Amino acid sequence: MIRFEDVVKKFGDTTVLEGLSFAVERGERVTLIGPSGSGKTTILRLLMTLEHLTDGFIYVDGDPLTHELRGGKRVERRPKDVTRIRRRIGMVFQQFNLFPNMTVIDNITEAPVHVLGQSREEARQRAHALLDQVGLKHRAGAHPMELSGGQQQRVAIARALAMDPEVLLLDEVTSALDPELVNDVLEVLREVARTTDITMLIVTHEMQFARDVSNRVLMFDHGHILEEAAPDVMFTSPEHERTRQFLQAIL
Amino acid sequence: MSFDWEFALQILPDLLEAFVRITLLVTVVGSLTAAVLGLVWAIGLRSLPAWVGRPLSFVLDFIRMTPLPIQLLFVYYTFNNLSALSVGIIVIGVHYSTYMAESYRAGIESIRKGQWEAATALSLPPHRTWRAVILPQALRATLPSLGNWAIAMFKDTPFLIVIAVPELVTEAKEIGGRTFSYVEPFTLAGLIFLVASYPTAVLMRKLENRLAY
Repeated sequence: MIRFEDVVKKFGDTTVLEGLSFAVERGERVTLIGPSGSGKTTILRLLMTLEHLTDGFIYVDGDPLTHELRGGKRVERRPKDVTRIRRRIGMVFQQFNLFPNMTVIDNITEAPVHVLGQSREEARQRAHALLDQVGLKHRAGAHPMELSGGQQQRVAIARALAMDPEVLLLDEVTSALDPELVNDVLEVLREVARTTDITMLIVTHEMQFARDVSNRVLMFDHGHILEEAAPDVMFTSPEHERTRQFLQAIL
Repeated sequence: MSFDWEFALQILPDLLEAFVRITLLVTVVGSLTAAVLGLVWAIGLRSLPAWVGRPLSFVLDFIRMTPLPIQLLFVYYTFNNLSALSVGIIVIGVHYSTYMAESYRAGIESIRKGQWEAATALSLPPHRTWRAVILPQALRATLPSLGNWAIAMFKDTPFLIVIAVPELVTEAKEIGGRTFSYVEPFTLAGLIFLVASYPTAVLMRKLENRLAY
């Protein structure tokens, strides 16, 4: 479903990713862990086209996302093609990033109506169903400012799901929340994982959550995959000392 | 120097007529022009590729950095098929659009990066991102300062005297020339400006408070 091929990402003189290659199968749930600055979030942001790919290729279902090889040369794809492929990917952000000028329901229906071309009625029905699913049926008319962080994040999840993404990127979605609000959000995501076959790439420090939903854990260090394993193996008997230290520090 | 109240009362209608027919017209149409063009510049500077954006930015700086009277004279004598009034409205509108563009830019830059990123993550097309997400938020921050520019423009309308548009101050000067009494017409002209702009300024401040989050 997702394939990184020799991906390089530099910010100025700092190289965050250097020749990274890995793949994620359709329906797979992969958690990326590692110390801050190890490049996990950058991977999600590259997939969402929020960062410019310095070198290499990213494929979504075999289709190059932002750059392709044409006549042996690496060239940028046309914006139209990028948009078409990007539409299959959704993202939930650490800071929620709801649109404060819109009500909850408008936040959710904006893209289905204006990107997918759904009718307003169709989009609203779907949005109400999603709000019900995240436990916020009664807040459809509220503005984001009137909601707690946990509620905002659940709206953001509903907003991402309303686009029927094949791939969902979760970027530290509970890091900005008060501890008592974390579980509601994680419960919603567990439910999504249980009831759909959406491919997920997850950056999180919630190791129990990672354990519950993911099939595979990738440990990153300095832009490389240090090791990868099933969550049970990774969290109980990691191969590398570096991983052991990292897990000890955050658990 | 004495102030002739009777004379003042006598010339007041003429002054008010010049004020309403020309000064207000120039201010209203000029402000609308400036508000629309300013927004176009601000969005253009952000969205256009550098080879168009750079020259545009230079032209806007140039207009902002040169005096309004010179621009009025330049355009008036270059396009002599245009009436003085249309030149006045266009030039003052374009001149102030460069200031308003800066206000819009500040408003747009105050929007957090996450808003743009959320729009990208939802694949919103650029026009929706601007219309539905960025501008409604940016305008909240921008509107009060647009109001202040409109008031500044209002107070700059006397510059239209250089191309003989019969606005308030031109009219006052003419009355002075006719009657050799300058004190009354110019005093009244000043008072009319004060009476008109003070309530507007108060209104803008109220609006500003209401728009604050």
